[in-house]
Formats: sequence, C-alpha cells, structure tokens
Amino acid sequence: MKYIDEYRDRELVLKLIEQIKKASSKPITLMEVCGGHTMSIQKFGIPSLLPKNIKLVSGPGCPVCVSSRKYIDQSVAYAKLPDVIIATYGDLIRIPGSSSTLDEEKAKGADVRIVYSVLDALKIAQDYPEKRIVFLGIGFETTAPSSAVGVLNAHKQGITNFFLFSSHKIMPPAMTALIDEGVKIDGYIAPGHVSTITGSGIYKDIADIYKLGCVISGFEPVDLLRSILMLIKQLEKGEPKVEIEYSRVVKPEGNIKAQQILDEVFELKDDWWRGLGILPKSGMKIRELYKEYDAELMIPVEVEPTREDKGCLCGEILKGLKNPKNCKLFKKVCTPSDPVGACMVSHEGACNAYYRFNKE
Amino acid sequence: MCLSIPAKVESIEGEMAVVSVGGTTYDASLQMVEDIKIGDYVLLHTGFAIQKISEDEALETLKVFEEFEDLNKQLDDEEQSTGKRII
Ligand code: SF4
Repeated sequence: MKYIDEYRDRELVLKLIEQIKKASSKPITLMEVCGGHTMSIQKFGIPSLLPKNIKLVSGPGCPVCVSSRKYIDQSVAYAKLPDVIIATYGDLIRIPGSSSTLDEEKAKGADVRIVYSVLDALKIAQDYPEKRIVFLGIGFETTAPSSAVGVLNAHKQGITNFFLFSSHKIMPPAMTALIDEGVKIDGYIAPGHVSTITGSGIYKDIADIYKLGCVISGFEPVDLLRSILMLIKQLEKGEPKVEIEYSRVVKPEGNIKAQQILDEVFELKDDWWRGLGILPKSGMKIRELYKEYDAELMIPVEVEPTREDKGCLCGEILKGLKNPKNCKLFKKVCTPSDPVGACMVSHEGACNAYYRFNKE
Repeated sequence: MCLSIPAKVESIEGEMAVVSVGGTTYDASLQMVEDIKIGDYVLLHTGFAIQKISEDEALETLKVFEEFEDLNKQLDDEEQSTGKRII
C-alpha cells in the first residue's frame, strides 16, 4: 500500500540500523509517548534490532490507560440508565471498572454500541429521538477534534439528545510532568498523530527548558528508526531540538482548522492521569457555550466508589519506570482475554503490545 | 484509537468523501481539512480526514535515504582506504 510499504523496506531498515550503530556507543534511553508507537515498536521488533546501548521505554501514550477508573465507572453508570444509549469506540468496552465493564452491562441488556466515528453517534441520536446518546470521548489531541465536530454538528443540526462525556487530554503536560518527577530519559520519540493536529510548537519548552530532543515520528519501522537516529545525532552534538521526521503528514503549524474546532468547543482543566496524578491544564472540558452537550453536567448520575486493583503496575509502566515483564500478574493472571488493568486491554497499552508481540 | 491510516480519496460529496485503504472503502468527513481533491491521500482517523499527505515530502523522506546511502558509502570507502574510523 502506498505510504506504507516503502517505509517497511528491509534494505532501508538494515541501513538505518547500521547508521544507528555507528552514530553512538553511549547508553541512551528514548521514550515513546504514543500508544501507536508502542504498538509498532513491539510489532516490528524494533528493540531487538537496536544495539544494546539504545533502550526504548514506553510512556503515558495510551489514552484509555491513563484515564481514571472513575471514568469507566461513570460510563457504566450511564449505561445502566434506561433511556441512555452509550456510543463508544471499541477500545473502551472491555476496560475493567470497579465492579463491571461496558461489555458486561451490554450482556445484561444495556444499550452499548460500538461506533467507528462520532458521526455514527450523531446518526443514532437522530434515529432515536426518545433516547439520550452518551458518546464516550477519550483520546489526545488527535481524537479530540472529532468529538468537538460532534458537538458542533449536533448544535448546527439541532440535535438535543447527544451528549459528550469527555476524558480528552493533551500530551505536553504529561511529558514535562514525567521529567519533573525524575524519570530519566535522553529524548522523546514524539507522537506523530497528536502533532498532525497540534504542529511541532507544543514541544518547544521540552527542548528549550528541559533540554530534551523531541523528534516527531511516523509509525513504520523506517520512520521509527530514522527518528531514533535523529535523536542520537542531536545527543551527540549536544543540541536538543524539535524535529519532524514524519514530514509527509506533520506540518510545523499543524492542522489549523482542527485547532480552531478544538478551541471553539473545549477549554483546559486540571485532570487526573494514571501514574502521574492531577496535572494542571491537561484535560479538555466542554466550554460554557456548549454546556447542553456536556454529559457530566446534563446527566447527573450516581457513581460507585472507585476500587483500584492491587498488584497492577500500569501506573509505573506508563511512566516508563517498569515494563510489563516486571508485573507479577503479566501473562499469568492478566491476559488480553482476562485483563486486570487497562494497559492489557487497549491495543495501544504496553502490556497488550508486549503480550501480543514480544515473544522473548 | 490513535491509529490513523493513509487513505486515497475516491469521491467527494459536500463535506463527505469516500476513501479507500488497500481495497476497502470508508466514509470520511472532510470537515477538518481544506482543498482536498479526488486522488489525494489523506490520513484517516475515527472517520475524519485529519491531514492531506504530502507526496513531495514523502518522496523527499525516501530520497534522503539515498543520499545517506551515498554518503555512507563514501565514508566506508574512506575508512577502508585510510584504515581510520570516521564515525
Ligand atoms: S500486566 Fe496486567 S496487571 Fe500487570 S501492569 Fe499490565 S495491565 Fe496491570
């Protein structure tokens, strides 16, 4: 397929690895903060190709994994309301809440529907005017604009039974919080699709103030290896900066139209992240102007007390401090078919990616 | 969810397009992008085209490798002829 196959070229991959070997012999740790990168890195076995001195760690890049269990509990509580239809991306349906999952509620008769796009949720709202449709909006800057379009289209089309339950978050506060906490890395493989929307400016402080290089990377093996090489070269020169490897998609200014849509609908709020706690101005909340589409405001619901699982290391894994193999439950008690934590359910979660692809 | 794929625009009707990914077609909203034509490649994410893919940049990325390759070869030859490691 165009724009995919040429970036999986074996020859190119081998050449890049040669260059990486030549470029540095120092120990270097790089963090990827995008669930899509975590998945690609494991799928293509990148760590096994790299020389021993280059280590990759996963960060807080899986949106489902960093979201609170309370978010799932509240979604479950919405699902139990008789006049509510839950519309959600497939990723969320099996995430364990404190006592149930959306999937279990569906089996018990709740109306929970997997949609591919927020536009499908709007369609459901039109088809079932007597029901309230709660759309579960989860994800970073890449996904949040589509939720915002959902709200804007509902507004334009006079749809009054569509509600967004937002857990949308922005990436940079988590990237700086990690370093503030003392997590030791030498550079960021920066998220390609987040940057498609935001542009490269959001990482400027990380390079200028925190002195860490950020290379915005694509998702194919050639992209990832090239980004790793670019970061190593920056380190060798002692010049941390923001660079775009994924230039066929990411423009320095990002997608301005999408940014305007985001800004129209959302404002920033303090938000909780698994592993990192509450980070100032890191979450997206629907603005006052569109409050009639805010599920949290418009559909008050009682939520059970949150119960976290003992022994799950998701929080530490999301900070790059542990890897799934350090978890005693990994592969034994916790598997994709019977997951303990969100990191095992979501395809972008580190535990899931390790389980599926890392056969060491 | 963060997954996004390159898709080719097959037809456009108002703000909606039909796009194809390796033979399978999907509906894609064009509300987040501008100036999209039939035949363009876009990045498809949760039912939205979120960016047009730049053919020039894509070619450029791959071309850079060819240059790398030439440079590397030169350096390798030099290393061999002088017996000194350069990088
Ligand atoms: S393997 Fe399961 S229990 Fe262990 S950290 Fe991952 S999700 Fe949590």
